[in-house]
Amino acid sequence: MAHSVPVGTKWWSGGKSPFNVEYGKLMMWYFLMSDAFTFGAFLISYGTIRFSSYSWPNPNDVFRSFPIIGEMEIPLAFVSLMTFILIMSSVTMVMAVGAGQAHDRKAVIKWMFFTILGGLAFLGCQAWEWTHLYHEGAWWGRNPFLNINGTQSSTNFTNFFFTITGFHGFHVFSGVIINLIMLIKTWRGDFERTGHYLMIEKAGLYWHFVDLVWVFVFTCFYLL
Amino acid sequence: MDPNTHTGGLPQEKSTFNTKAVWRTFWILLAITVFELIVAIIYYETAFINKHFLNGVFVIMTLAKAFFIVAEFMHLGHELKNLVMTIAIPACLFIWFLIAFLWDGSSFYHLRMKYDPYYVEQSKTPIKKTEHKEEGKKPGKE
Repeated sequence: MAHSVPVGTKWWSGGKSPFNVEYGKLMMWYFLMSDAFTFGAFLISYGTIRFSSYSWPNPNDVFRSFPIIGEMEIPLAFVSLMTFILIMSSVTMVMAVGAGQAHDRKAVIKWMFFTILGGLAFLGCQAWEWTHLYHEGAWWGRNPFLNINGTQSSTNFTNFFFTITGFHGFHVFSGVIINLIMLIKTWRGDFERTGHYLMIEKAGLYWHFVDLVWVFVFTCFYLL
Repeated sequence: MDPNTHTGGLPQEKSTFNTKAVWRTFWILLAITVFELIVAIIYYETAFINKHFLNGVFVIMTLAKAFFIVAEFMHLGHELKNLVMTIAIPACLFIWFLIAFLWDGSSFYHLRMKYDPYYVEQSKTPIKKTEHKEEGKKPGKE
């Protein structure tokens, strides 16, 4: 796993990269950390409100629809599909990074293409889910669902749901745009000219982060 | 530009890329997700176990998934230890963050249940589920 630096080596006197990663990649890590706190703040405020509420809608009742098939006997089926798509696109992203390290331009193009496809599929699924909930009467400020104990529910549930999945969806959207730019740059041979595919790795970090956040959103909204 | 420009001195990572490890991580993530889902559905049908205990299980499995994504997909597990620490230590703030704010929420809950009789009554009186499609009200058209 993690390596350590030999004692007595003056890594911080300049001219060297003490963390053995490129500057941009390091800064991507710190950006992602700040982004993690933004998402953390959203999800924890959601937790605070839930802790202060006597009852809350049951996700198994709210999220039980599937395109074309309609109401399912199995709840959460659609959101599991979305999770699967996102994990899968994370795998293709890792493959693109690996191909970049091997300087295999064709393979990078192929895997980036699949990653973008996965991102678009996820966005499509989310658009469907939002549309469906909208037609059920749910939106910011409107909550047609009852609490699990059959009492009137506040709009906290829908407000948090649309804000947080919306913010995540926006991240997926910008991730797809970034990946698209990387695909075009790879296709044009820009990285062949600079001699490395580090940009693919940075885009990859961002993309995995989006997947990481979804893991938490999935747990907070659909499981707990 | 030479790829070693930014990493001068230290040996640049030489294709540590491991397809097998990636797929293994994928299968672990998938297995955990499917397991969570099955447990959630069984709970929905039968309520076979204490929900708070189950939530604890879900949180632990979520953290396990997060660990695998960060360590393998984002490759952090293979970086220098100092770099890992500059990320792992600030992330520990989340522990305080969670405790403080969930505590706050539960404090608010107890205050409301004690001093807001209207909220208590509303929270305990089930209402008849209305067919919202027949209300004729569409969101955004008010």
